[in-house]
Amino acid sequence: MQFMLLFSRQGKLRLQKWYNAHPDKLKKKITRELITTILTRKPKMCSFLEWRDLKIVYKRYASLYFCCAIEQNDNELLTLEIIHRYVELLDKYFGSVCELDIIFNFEKAYFILDELLLGGEIQETSKKTVLKAIASQDLLQEEETPQGFFEDHGLG
Amino acid sequence: MPAVRGDGMRGLAVFISDIRNCKSKEAEIKRINKELANIRGKFKGDKTLDGYQKKKYVCKLLFIFLLGHDIDFGHMEAVNLLSSNKYSEKQIGYLFISVLVNTNSELIKLIIQSIKNDLASRNPIHVNLALQCIANIGSREMAEAFGNEIPKLLVSGDTMDVVKQSAALCLLRLFRTSQEIIPGGEWTSRIIHLLNDQHMGVVTAATSLIDALVKKNPDEYKGCVSLAVSRLSRIVTASYTDLQDYTYYFVPAPWLSVKLLRLLQNYTPPAEDPGVRGRLNECLETILNKAQEPPKSKKVQHSNAKNAVLFEAISLIIHNDSEPNLLVRACNQLGQFLSNRETNLRYLALESMCHLATSEFSHEAVKKHQEVVILSMKMEKDVSVRQQAVDLLYAMCDKSNAEEIVQEMLNYLETADYSIREEMVLKVAILAEKYATDYTWYVDVILNLIRIAGDYVSEEVWYRVIQIVINRDEVQGYAAKTVFEALQAPACHENMVKVGGYILGEFGNLIAGDHRSSPSVQFQLLHSKYHLCSPMTRALLLSTYIKFINLFPEIRTHVQEVFKQHSNLRSADAELQQRASEYLQLSIIASSDVLATVLEEMPAFPERESSILAVLKKKKPGRVPENEIKEGKSPTPVTNHNNETTNSNNAVSSDLLGLSTPPIAQPGNTGVLLDVLGDIYGGKPNNSTPTSTTSNMYNPKKFVCKNNGVLFENDLIQIGVKSEFRQNLGRLGLFYGNKTTMPLHNFVPSLLWSEDQSSKLSMQMKPVEPTLEAGAQIQQMLNAECIDYYTDAPSLVITFVYNNMPQKFTLKLPLTINKFFEPTEMNGESFFARWKNLGSTNQQRSQKIFKASTPMDLQAARTKIMGFGMQLLDGIDPNPDNFVCAGIIHMRALQVGCLLRLEPNRNAQMYRLTVRSSKEPVSVEVCDLLADQF
Repeated sequence: MQFMLLFSRQGKLRLQKWYNAHPDKLKKKITRELITTILTRKPKMCSFLEWRDLKIVYKRYASLYFCCAIEQNDNELLTLEIIHRYVELLDKYFGSVCELDIIFNFEKAYFILDELLLGGEIQETSKKTVLKAIASQDLLQEEETPQGFFEDHGLG
Repeated sequence: MPAVRGDGMRGLAVFISDIRNCKSKEAEIKRINKELANIRGKFKGDKTLDGYQKKKYVCKLLFIFLLGHDIDFGHMEAVNLLSSNKYSEKQIGYLFISVLVNTNSELIKLIIQSIKNDLASRNPIHVNLALQCIANIGSREMAEAFGNEIPKLLVSGDTMDVVKQSAALCLLRLFRTSQEIIPGGEWTSRIIHLLNDQHMGVVTAATSLIDALVKKNPDEYKGCVSLAVSRLSRIVTASYTDLQDYTYYFVPAPWLSVKLLRLLQNYTPPAEDPGVRGRLNECLETILNKAQEPPKSKKVQHSNAKNAVLFEAISLIIHNDSEPNLLVRACNQLGQFLSNRETNLRYLALESMCHLATSEFSHEAVKKHQEVVILSMKMEKDVSVRQQAVDLLYAMCDKSNAEEIVQEMLNYLETADYSIREEMVLKVAILAEKYATDYTWYVDVILNLIRIAGDYVSEEVWYRVIQIVINRDEVQGYAAKTVFEALQAPACHENMVKVGGYILGEFGNLIAGDHRSSPSVQFQLLHSKYHLCSPMTRALLLSTYIKFINLFPEIRTHVQEVFKQHSNLRSADAELQQRASEYLQLSIIASSDVLATVLEEMPAFPERESSILAVLKKKKPGRVPENEIKEGKSPTPVTNHNNETTNSNNAVSSDLLGLSTPPIAQPGNTGVLLDVLGDIYGGKPNNSTPTSTTSNMYNPKKFVCKNNGVLFENDLIQIGVKSEFRQNLGRLGLFYGNKTTMPLHNFVPSLLWSEDQSSKLSMQMKPVEPTLEAGAQIQQMLNAECIDYYTDAPSLVITFVYNNMPQKFTLKLPLTINKFFEPTEMNGESFFARWKNLGSTNQQRSQKIFKASTPMDLQAARTKIMGFGMQLLDGIDPNPDNFVCAGIIHMRALQVGCLLRLEPNRNAQMYRLTVRSSKEPVSVEVCDLLADQF
């Protein structure tokens, strides 16, 4: 996989993960282009698009679009299921995930994605294993005494 | 505000809420700037910042970055976090670096050091963080620093499974960056044996890695074939309860299955070991059988995962291309999908069938589905599915069904989407040529193409029909009759005029016996189109007319009359004027013998590959279009599947036109068609063979939106230009390169720009040496100053003597008024205020509505507009397709603010361009310059 983008129905980018180095300008250009293309497509249309020399696989969940760019001979249907697995993981972790969860906890969304995919390839397909890994990260965090409590209730 | 998990950072949540509550873009930017100032202050001033605070601020920066703003500080603080002993701080540090640090950052050394420490940690969670970071950045430095460490981690017995998984994929990423990092030798078998690992996650990750390694070195990794087949066999025979959490919606390990099936596509079917081959075929059969079983769940995830494996299995069957039975079964399965209610499945089935159509074993089986595919092309709601159907029809076309498929494609073309028309035209043209047994049919098809979709018929297509008609006596009379009839339509496409003009000029005599198409009727008919055509077509028609003088002496005075009319000022175009007067003189001076020789029928074109195929391939860089049946494979090693189609030696050897024969380069003859058209119009590549040498290349139009490039090129000389502009000043570097093996003497470039014009744009040019040596390049500098607004652009006249022949070229310099634009950023409010203001009187605005000269490509339009010099303002116009821009033209005496709006209308293929500025002549000139670009 070359990259994954999450964006809202209003065209706001919520998460971006690039598995190849590109200059920021190009990333912005690609993002803009794809968001416009996908938002203009009708619901019953096919989830796959030819785009430049890549294939785009996308799916909408509630107000969020998940969009992946894969290579010509990658498997489209299974890419749809990578998206679904990611949604399931987010859903399990946040408890019926909504767009707001991803906005406010974007770093968590990244951490979960990093457990699922690494360098653009699927790393762990088992839902249980991924959730266990995230839970042990959270546990480590909780053991570390929270600081800055006062500061946070001050100005932030 | 939703609850925050973990040790959630309240300050961050508050900040995000603030941003979300901002009512306008301006308010958001204000809030962000305030936050940036705050964080900058904290990072600079407060030495006592603790880890938590650093983490929080770094996280805020990250959020700001993800909103689309640039972040130019905080990297150091993020790197500091990497060495924190608190996991949550470390993790945020790594996240920031993965998202924001460019591969060439100078911080990379520090980052590498921190990663080293974490890799050595005994806590696997820390090790994984480090591995993820390496994989995320994946730079060359990373490869050098960790290329030794990670393979050890991967195969060591002590490594935990989770770490092994990350290590495998991390190594894959580094391998993609620099291929030399993978150790060979004993490592190979250890890596291959990861396919036997007990942990499914490890096998999945390792398979991805092995797939990449195999591509580089198939022989060394050959051992993976039998292991992969065994593993696959165990999965496909497993019940869905066996694999526990690796079963996905009742499908056992779909990801691993697909990866193994992909891996096997790197090899030909295992021949030397019949056992392995048999087991693989059993697996593939089982997968095909399972497709017929009733679904275990109604959920789309179940069917997607199951079909993902099925499609990959079919890909492998097609790749192996050795089991007729499997190929036909695959074809039947795909045939079922063609009428499935899931759009995705129909799309994939069409795509996959395209490949099946190229196998000799399944080609016939695919043809059975022709009717359904034609229906898909006509009825599918989604253009991408229709496109796949067109591709499949193209691939399944052969002698037996060509007439029907071509006819269906022609019918569909009348209503086809604009986005796929050009490609369809190419496909129809290729199929008609390739499978024509009767060339009258071919001529009919191409003329129909021009009638139905004239705008999309590229030069290559109409050049080709002329070549074929000239080369085949039997079709010439028919062609002349048919074009004559086609030209009688009240409105006919300019391409029809070109083809008609050329063919009648050569073979009009073949139909002149009929009084309905007598010489004078032919001439009247063609000339009635003359005034509606572009200069290029007019030039072609003038050549037709002189040919008529030879063919039909009886209308000579008539034709001469027309030449006379166009040989003077009434013909605004210099080339047309010149042509008309030269042809006129020729017809007066030359004897009929000389005329007959000069204006003889064109000699046959050398038989060569149609360049249309090359155009089609270029249009689809992702996949090479195929319409070529391959012979079944004998099990010999293949390295690259893709090369096959281009090299495959035509199974269809009855290919009459040499579509598959290598192009013959005949520089002396290739330009024939073009000589008639006149090189001066050659904006596009002039020759119909892609291999031939460049003839004159000169397209001043493209320099309106571009500052550097080759301004002019022919066989003798290349002239390049580099230019830069600041305020009202410009500097051009002109580079003259002598392409010949002889010196160019008396080499003098001079400027063509009147004194009156020079008072508006003044220029100084340094003199150059009068001799340009063979193969040498010299540079000449030119300074320009814009004093007042002007129109047009100065010309450069180059004169020299080559081989005792004086030469002269006149070229427009890229010094149009738009070069002195300074882009101006402004927000929507002030844009529209000024727009309104400037539009109040008619004198300040200029508007053009025009048809797109090439198919609309908004991305290309964007590039052009950005090169034009104004600031492209995104997000201002409510219609995202529209472009609005602002800029100021700098002149010594004054500055003129300029606003522009370009509205593309895709359905009509029209543009509306409006320019408003405080000076009317400026608006008009800017509008003219830009309108000419589309």
